[in-house]
Amino acid sequence: MIAQLFRFKGGIKPNSHKDESTTQPIKLAPLPPRLVVPLRQSARAMARCIVEPGQDVLKGQVIAVAEGPLCTAVHAPTSGTVRAIEPQPIPHPSGLPAPSVVIEPDGEERWVERFPFDIATATPQQARDYLRDCGIVGLGGAGFPSHVKLGPGEKGIQTLILNGAECEPWITCDDRLMRERAAQILAGAAMMRHITGARRILVGIEDNKPQAIEAMRQAARELGEKEIGVVAVPTRYPAGGEKQLIRVLTGIEIPYGKLGTHFGVQCFNVGSAHAVYRAIAHGEPLVSRIVTLSGNFERPGNFEVAIGTPIRDLLPLAVPRADTNRYIMGGPMMGVGLQSLDVPVIKATNCVLAGSPTLFPAPPPEMPCIRCGECAKACPAELQPFELYWYSRAKIFGKAQEYSLFDCIECGCCSYVCPSRIPLVDYFRFAKAEIWAREKEKAAADTARERYEFRLAREEREKQEKAAKLAAKTAAGREKAAAALAEAQKPARTPEEEAKHALIAAALERAKAQKEQAHPENVSDLTPEQQAEITAIEARRAEIREQAKPHLRQDD
Amino acid sequence: MIEALLVMALGAVILGAALGYAAVRFRVEGDPLVEKIDAILPQTQCGQCGFPGCKPYAQAIAKGEAEINQCPPGGDEGIHKLADLLGREYKPLSAEHGIEKPKSVAVIDEAACIGCTLCIQACPVDAIVGAAKQMHTVIATQCTGCELCIAPCPVDCIRMEGIAETVDSWKWKYPVVALRRVA
Amino acid sequence: MTSYLFIILGAVLVNNVVFIRILGLCPFMGVSKKLETALGMGAATTFVLTMACGASFVIDRWLLIPNQLEYLRTLSFIVTIAAIVQLTELVIQKTSPVLHQVLGIYLPLITTNCAVLGIPLLNVSLRHNFLESLLFGFGSAMGFTLALILFAGIRERMEAADVPVHFRGTAIAMITAGLMSLAFMGFAGLDKYK
Repeated sequence: MIAQLFRFKGGIKPNSHKDESTTQPIKLAPLPPRLVVPLRQSARAMARCIVEPGQDVLKGQVIAVAEGPLCTAVHAPTSGTVRAIEPQPIPHPSGLPAPSVVIEPDGEERWVERFPFDIATATPQQARDYLRDCGIVGLGGAGFPSHVKLGPGEKGIQTLILNGAECEPWITCDDRLMRERAAQILAGAAMMRHITGARRILVGIEDNKPQAIEAMRQAARELGEKEIGVVAVPTRYPAGGEKQLIRVLTGIEIPYGKLGTHFGVQCFNVGSAHAVYRAIAHGEPLVSRIVTLSGNFERPGNFEVAIGTPIRDLLPLAVPRADTNRYIMGGPMMGVGLQSLDVPVIKATNCVLAGSPTLFPAPPPEMPCIRCGECAKACPAELQPFELYWYSRAKIFGKAQEYSLFDCIECGCCSYVCPSRIPLVDYFRFAKAEIWAREKEKAAADTARERYEFRLAREEREKQEKAAKLAAKTAAGREKAAAALAEAQKPARTPEEEAKHALIAAALERAKAQKEQAHPENVSDLTPEQQAEITAIEARRAEIREQAKPHLRQDD
Repeated sequence: MIEALLVMALGAVILGAALGYAAVRFRVEGDPLVEKIDAILPQTQCGQCGFPGCKPYAQAIAKGEAEINQCPPGGDEGIHKLADLLGREYKPLSAEHGIEKPKSVAVIDEAACIGCTLCIQACPVDAIVGAAKQMHTVIATQCTGCELCIAPCPVDCIRMEGIAETVDSWKWKYPVVALRRVA
Repeated sequence: MTSYLFIILGAVLVNNVVFIRILGLCPFMGVSKKLETALGMGAATTFVLTMACGASFVIDRWLLIPNQLEYLRTLSFIVTIAAIVQLTELVIQKTSPVLHQVLGIYLPLITTNCAVLGIPLLNVSLRHNFLESLLFGFGSAMGFTLALILFAGIRERMEAADVPVHFRGTAIAMITAGLMSLAFMGFAGLDKYK
């Protein structure tokens, strides 16, 4: 269907190491004694927990609901009892804990009632809401909520791209998934096409996975649709990057600050398509995923793992070799080193890589940049990493941003080719984090300024109101005096009026007595020091108010 | 001699007239500098600089009445930014105005609070809610950490707590350069 | 026609006001930290210098010389330049507050910029006519702008460089300026092709 393929600039060709883990079919991982399900599954948002410790849950039961536009629901990966809702370490470069639900499985795997979703009669919005409540996020590694990506965008979506490139070395979970469940993936893709209203589906698979390509082509033929194309793309890291894959398949180059949707293209991981199929056709929320265990293992392979399984319980399945000294979540290029083996598998965990001093040696010492420009040649985002490095290192963040720091996809190509072995990506991550933090601080300062100015305005207004009230009171007092004078000149009151007056006077007396009793508690029984402190504070406040006066006037 | 004086006087009168006209013609209202200085200040409104808020301090800096190193919450970085903006020499933070501390928020010990509203009156950004004889509490997200509420509290039930790092606020650290051992 | 071209080219490159004549070093060192500022300063100086050359020529030719008041040259030039600078400042403040902010203290400093006084005086001693005076002023100002921009570009990069601690700031800037000056000496060779 597609004759011409395009090229993206840059990229590298590392040894792909796919064969180690592709020989065996996907195996089901046994349930661990304890599941830890973080509430922060999609990249930026935390779901709101709706279960309590001690509660029994069924497999697929919602344990946390989506809040906010970038959030998805979280479900119990198996039936069992909620043991705790507490901060637990999660697979994140910080190694910090985040709120998680700890579930003790009962081993019975009892499902909640599942109903297929009738996608033919549902509106796209209903379908997206359904996928959100099924907890579907991108399974490629970033964990971006799929229902957001399925939105119509500005111009609607014409082309749906399925990302089966799996360009990172060692990872094979998508490869095995495509070999074994090709029909389901395409069914899921067809559902997504229905939701987005796209016309055609393109599946991009790197040509180092001939079996997966064959399986997908076979499935497409069986489906008998012309608008599904399975395309073998040249193996070159990072062909699986969203912008890169779109470029290779359609020739569209997505410029700075734009997304695929601006050009009518949207990209999904094949695993996400599979999850969509399970959710819509079988009513199963996302409670498990395929994880590759590879690297320094005796028996590497792919496993279907319940979300929340601690990595520690997963390792015996592949038998780590004796000299294993570290583990990486994700691939060797973009993965995150695990600081603890207690962290659970989350929806974005595609691979656990075991490293040894020989297999993934510690990075050699950094040497000075010689400005050879290799990194710029390798950069698939067409940036100038040496400039970015230069400015990130000197903490000149404004300049780094001018050189499009935020277009960096952190693919690691530059670090890979650097002859001085500079960990360029680490510098970029540092610069990005600093810029974000500064922006946050700036926003906080702006709110504080606004609130402070509002407070000043309010105090000013209150002062004026008080003055107005006082003026009104004096006026009223004068009138009253005049009335009293008139009263005195009037004839004596009737006995009836006299009685009324007595009643009012008595009530006033009572109110006065009550008022005297109600004494602010905090200023009674003060020690002399406290009293002195309060006086000092009062004095200082008066002083500041005095100082503020000229400025306030200026502000007016 | 007279000629020289006349020529210079004539020149001065003509140029003076031209400048006077220009000053009226190209008059600029307001001072954009204050806004820029104010944008750099951290807006804690803590008064540690000796002025009743960040804006007055900004005005004082713009007029040249205050040094740029009187803002402890802005820290070293803030002083550098001010020095850059104003073309003044960098100075280390003046010790008499305080020291730079990690960001923190006020926390009210709600069991001890007697509901006196003194802290509510002290808070420059209205980040404390409560009413007379009712328990007060701090809206942590709005608190600037200015510590102005601590002194007024008659029962000392307010304390400052450092902001703990979470997964959302965590930042990538500056890459540590591994030094190669020589010999 | 070519003589005019030589005046400009000579003023920009061969006799660069900063690197060869070593005039106007105050703004050269002071306003060259950022490229933006350098551009603004260069533009302002170009305007002021060209105007100053024209005005000083007029004053010299029709006011001072007829009255045998040549000894008032420096004084009257300074007064004229000061007025032009003030005028420029007022106009910039109104039309481009950002540029005004960026130039900051250095805009009034143009008044005492020795380049701005030196070029009109050179005009007199080189016996330039009115057009030549203007071109010479404009060319020199372009040379000043060029020097400023080149230097600002280098300093921007230096900000991120590993300069030894004791050389940071003004020290390394001075060294760089010296090296650039040496480089500009090379343009003296252009004389041969006159």
